[in-house]
Order: sequence, then structure tokens, then C-alpha cells
Amino acid sequence: MEVSPRRHDNILILSPHGRIDHAHADAFKTALDKHLVECKSGGIQVILDFAAVDYISSVGLRMLMLAARQVKTQDGHIVIAALQPLVEEVFKISRFNLVYQVFHSVDDALAELGSST
Amino acid sequence: MKIRFWGTRGSLPISLTASQVRDKLIAAFTAAIGRQLDSAEQIAAYVDNDLGFAIAGTYGGHSSCVQIATGSAEHIICDLGSGVRPFGQSMLARFGPDTPQTYHVFMSHVHWDHIMGFPFFTPAYIPGNRIVIHGCHAELEEAFRRQQAAPSFPVDFSQLNAMIEFDRLEPGHSYDIAGMRVTPKLQKHTGDSYGYRFEELSSAGKVAVYSTDSEHILDDNAERESFVEFFRAADLVIFDAMYSLADAVSVKADWGHSSNIEGVELCQLAGVKCFCMFHHEPAYDDATIASVLAETRRFEEITRTGEPLEVIAAYDGLELTL
Repeated sequence: MEVSPRRHDNILILSPHGRIDHAHADAFKTALDKHLVECKSGGIQVILDFAAVDYISSVGLRMLMLAARQVKTQDGHIVIAALQPLVEEVFKISRFNLVYQVFHSVDDALAELGSST
Repeated sequence: MKIRFWGTRGSLPISLTASQVRDKLIAAFTAAIGRQLDSAEQIAAYVDNDLGFAIAGTYGGHSSCVQIATGSAEHIICDLGSGVRPFGQSMLARFGPDTPQTYHVFMSHVHWDHIMGFPFFTPAYIPGNRIVIHGCHAELEEAFRRQQAAPSFPVDFSQLNAMIEFDRLEPGHSYDIAGMRVTPKLQKHTGDSYGYRFEELSSAGKVAVYSTDSEHILDDNAERESFVEFFRAADLVIFDAMYSLADAVSVKADWGHSSNIEGVELCQLAGVKCFCMFHHEPAYDDATIASVLAETRRFEEITRTGEPLEVIAAYDGLELTL
């Protein structure tokens, strides 16, 4: 899975596409992992731009939990932005809205992360 | 096939508190303001149709015990949590103490909340009754004897007057018992647990799966496929939906339980007809369980790709006809 990385100062925006289900969760994690090592104190901050993600299953959510844990141990900062309405509902029902800071848009996330640097 | 839930709470029995009963009464009276409630019939209709189960009823607090009734004269129950006490009383009320009965018990595992009701199961004290405790754990008998040994309980297991047998089952093998083909399956839980698939041998051929105290390994494709097969085309899957998904894969990972999200996904993949949330978190009140039920129904709706999956939440006293 391509996550289309783009930089904005010290902020890395990753934009996965399509479905993150049991068929694609491993590819999503592989694509994510190579960027997460830099997501640490004094390193980059990461915004997961979910605008093009139209479905995420439990196994995909578990990958997000693993990513959040890794970043936390590195004292980094990772957030999610631009959830599609149905994906946003899945986040609320699964309580992943309590795991990740969720922003309405990438611009909102940039403003928050930019102000915190 | 009829399913009756005698205990649906996870980990520890609970009961409503005085303040929770008061809150229900206040909510019921508040919602009644301005309504025409001048007769017992009007009040009953209001309670039954308008008030909502979380106020008008309760999900209950007994720990796991589920009866699966078929046309057989022999009784089938899953687990011996505190819910087996009212089950035993109902059997005595129905058959009396002088008509010997046979009970087949299928044990998911022998953690305390799943065996604690047995010392209070009155039919176990009555000569002539036969109780066969089926399970896959090597320490099945030891667990039952130990919980009634001094100083934990005043009546030793050896003083029970019913004929009590222990039957060790092999996971993956099928057994024809009391009109059912029963197949156990190993599940992930501390000390292991086992789910049971019950297939009616009669022409009705209904299928119910009892799968509690089971944690699912989300990124293990083989594990997921094995559960999809275990649940395949079942009319009912009774599923451990104790936690939210976020809790189940983080702070409560390796606690041996699962979530509503995983249950719906597995049942959708397996073409199940009805998904029943079970083993409710003891910290959840009725309003919380009702809220989780509504969310789970919505999750099923927005992730549906085939036939609709009915989503229900078990409560003590719920009876289903498949």
C-alpha cells in the first residue's frame, strides 16, 4: 500500500488509500513502519491523512494501535485527520477516537502540530 | 431449538444498586409526564413499548450460564456460573424433586465465574439426578472438587447426592449428545477456553455457537479463518463482547476477551444470522450496554456487504427460539 508521504517542515503527512482490512493491513503497516522510526522527540511529527480511506477493519485498527504505541515509546507525536464520515463512526464505536487525536482536516492538524513545535 | 440465558455477566456477578433503581424510577416517571396512564393496561403498554429496556428492564448480573433446549428429555447447559442457581430452581419447579433428570454441562473453562454456581445448583444434591460435566480441560474435575473443599465451602463435593460424571472431550472432534452434534474448539484465554458448536440432529438442523472468554488474534489469518469456519452459517453466535476494540487490543490485550467489533466482523464473514453480545463487562450499567448495543447495530449496518446480521445483547431471562 502506498501512503504518499509529503513533508511540511518537520511534519510528515501520510495518505493511505482505499480499504485497510485483513487483506491490506500488513501492507499498510509495512508502509507506515518505515516512517515511524523518525517520529520521535526532536524528530518529525506524523499526520495520517485518512481522506482517501473508505474502510478500516479491526485488524487495520490494531495496526494503528501498534503505531500509536511505538510512537509513544519514542516520545513522538502522531495524529489522524480527515476521516470519512463512516470511518469516523467506526473510530467512535471502537473507541479509537480515544486512542488518537482526530482532526477534522489536515489543515486543522497542521495548525495544531505547527503551533506545538 | 430454544436458548435461554440464565447468566450473561462477565467475570463477576453484579446486582442493581438502590441508586440505580431510583434512577430508573425517576426516568420512568419523568418520561410519563403528560401521558394518559390511568389503567394497569396503559401503564403496562407504556413500560413494554415506550420506555426502553435499559429503563424498564435490566441486563442482569448473574455470571455465565446458558440453556440450550431441544426436543430431548435431557438438558443441555453451557457453563455453571451463578446463573445456574435460578436454572436449577426452575427445573425443580417444573419437574419436582422426585423425577430424576439428566443434565449435560459444557464447560468453556474452569475460571471461577464459570463454576461458582455449581455448589448452589440444587439438583446436584438430589439422588437420582445425573449430571455429566463435559469439557476439554484436564483439570475439570479437580476444579469442581477444589471449590467445594474446606475451608471454601461447607458442603464437600463428595456429599452431593446426584450421580456426577466428568467427560473429557477433544477439541475438533464431534459428539452426539442429547439430540445435538457438539464440537468443541480451542480458544485463546488464560489457561485455555473452549467454544462449542451445537448442531441440532433433528430435521430442524438449527445451529448455535457458544463462544465466550475468547480473545481473537486479529493479524493471524489462519486463526480468523478457523473461527469463520466454526461460526459458519450459524443461526446464533453467543460471543464474548466484553470490551471495546480499543481496550481489547491495548490495555486489556492478553486478558482473554474480545469486542463487539471483532464479533460482528467474524459473523459477517461466516454468514451468521444472529450475533449475540455476551459476557458483559461488570462495570457496565444497563444504559451503557444499551448504548453499546445501538452502536454495534450501527457498525453492522455500515459494514454490511451481504445479508443483514441481527445484533442483540443477551440478558438474564432472555429466551430465543431459533
